[in-house]
Amino acid sequence: MLAFVIITFVKIAVVLVVFLLLIAYLTWLERKLLGHFQVRLGPMRVGPHGLLQPIADGVKLLFKEDIVPANVHKFIHNLAPLLTFIPALIIVAVIPFGSGIKILGYEINMVISNFNMGILYILAVSSLGVYGLVLAGWSSNNKYSLLGGLRSSAQMISYEVSLGFSLIGVLMMAGSLSLVNIVNAQDKFFNWFIFRQPLGFILYLICAIAELNRAPFDLPEAENELVAGYMTEYSSMKFAMFFLGEYGNMINISALATTLFLGGWHGPFLPPVVWFLLKMVIFLFFYIWIRATLPRFRYDQLMNFGWKVLIPLALLNIFITAVIMIL
Amino acid sequence: MEILIFSILAIVAVVCSIMVICQKNPVASALFLIATMVSLAMLFLLLNAPFLAVIQIIVYAGAIMVLFLFVIMLLNLRRDEFGPEKRRAQRFFGILFVFLLLIGMVTVIEVGIFGSKSTETVSEATAPAGVEPLAQLLFTKYLFPFELASVLLLVAIVGAVVMAKRRL
Repeated sequence: MLAFVIITFVKIAVVLVVFLLLIAYLTWLERKLLGHFQVRLGPMRVGPHGLLQPIADGVKLLFKEDIVPANVHKFIHNLAPLLTFIPALIIVAVIPFGSGIKILGYEINMVISNFNMGILYILAVSSLGVYGLVLAGWSSNNKYSLLGGLRSSAQMISYEVSLGFSLIGVLMMAGSLSLVNIVNAQDKFFNWFIFRQPLGFILYLICAIAELNRAPFDLPEAENELVAGYMTEYSSMKFAMFFLGEYGNMINISALATTLFLGGWHGPFLPPVVWFLLKMVIFLFFYIWIRATLPRFRYDQLMNFGWKVLIPLALLNIFITAVIMIL
Repeated sequence: MEILIFSILAIVAVVCSIMVICQKNPVASALFLIATMVSLAMLFLLLNAPFLAVIQIIVYAGAIMVLFLFVIMLLNLRRDEFGPEKRRAQRFFGILFVFLLLIGMVTVIEVGIFGSKSTETVSEATAPAGVEPLAQLLFTKYLFPFELASVLLLVAIVGAVVMAKRRL
C-alpha cells in the first residue's frame, strides 16, 4: 500500500515536471519553426539558438504588472485562467507513455492511472476547459472579450461532437475504453489504427485543431476582428496561464493522437518512452506547420464545415466500421 | 476514509445547491450549479460507478451548463429585470412543485434508512468493469424506454429547427 502511494506520487511529480518543461519548450519550438517557415531565424539571442528563451519569457511574465480593469467580476476574472490551465494538467493522468518496467521488484506501469474509461475521462475533463474561455470573456467587461468568449464556446461545443464521434471507430475496433488496452491492440505496425481508421484519423486531426482554437480555426482570438478575444483584458501571469493551458492542450491532443492512432509507445530499437515522445513531436510539428500555412476560416464557414461536413462524415465512419466488423 | 470523502462532497453539494438559489447574479448561480454537478459526479465515483460519474460530467457539466451560460451571456440580463416575481399562478405552481419534491425526498430518505427492496446496487446497475453490461441491459431489458428517449430527442431537434427556420 505504502509502496503504491510512493510510486504514484513519484510518477505524478516526474510527469508534471516533464509536462511543464514540454510546454515551455513547445513555445520555443513554435517560435523557432514559425521563424524558419517565414525565412527568418526566430529567437536567437538568449542562449544558443534561443534555447533559454522560455525561461526569459517566464521571468518577464511573472514580473509584469497585473492590470485588472474597472468593473470586472473579480472572483470569476481570477478563476477563469485557472479553469483553462487545470483541465490541461489533469488529462495527463490517464495517458500511457510506455510499457511497464520492473524496478527493485516493483512492477511500475508507465501511466499514472490505468483508468478503465480513460477516453471518457479525457472527453469529460476537456469539456470542462470551455468554462475558462467563456468566463474570461464574460467577466472582463469588454465587448471584444465577450464576443471572443461566445465564439469560442460555440466553436468548441460544435467540434466536441465530431471529435467524440471520430474516436468511436477506434473504440469499436479495440473493444475497450482503456487507453492501455487500445495501445496493446496496436502492437504490430499494420495494426496501427491510422491504417485501419484513416477517415477517423483525419477527422480527429481537424477537430483537434478546432478544439485547440488554433489557426486556421483561431476565430475566438482573431486579431483583426477581436483584438485578442477572451484574453484581451488579461496581463502578467494570468495571461500566461491561458497560454500554458493552450500549449498543454496541444501536447495532450498530440499524446492522445499518438495513443489512439500511431500505436502509442510501440516501436523497434529505441525505448518505448522515446518512441512515444517522438511520435508526439511529429503531431506538434504538424500543428505548427498548419498554422504557418493556412489562412483563417470565416465564422459561417467554420460552423457549416463542423455541422454539415464533419459530423455526417464521422457518422459515416462509424457506420462503415460497424458494417466491416460484422462482415 | 470513505465517510470523510463522502461528508466533504455531500457538504459541498448541498452548500453549492443552496447558493444556486441565493445568488443575484445568474452567472454565479450557473457556476454553483456546475460545482454541484461535479460534486455529484464525485459521489458516483465513490459509489464505484465511474461510467455514471464521467457521463454526469460530460452531459451535465460539459454540455448542458455550457449552453446555460451561453444563453445567460447572450441575454445579458440586468439586475432590475429579475426582481421578485408577483404573478400568482407562478407562485401557486412553485409551491405545488416544492411539495412534490418534498414527497420525493422523503421517499429517498426512507429508502436510505430502512433499506431498499430492489436487489440491484448502483455498481451492478452501472457496471464498474466496463460499459458492456450496461449496453446489454440498455439494448435488451430497457430497449423500449431507450428508444422512447431517442424519439423524444428527435422531436426536440425537429422542434428547434422549425422554430429557428420559421421566418425563412
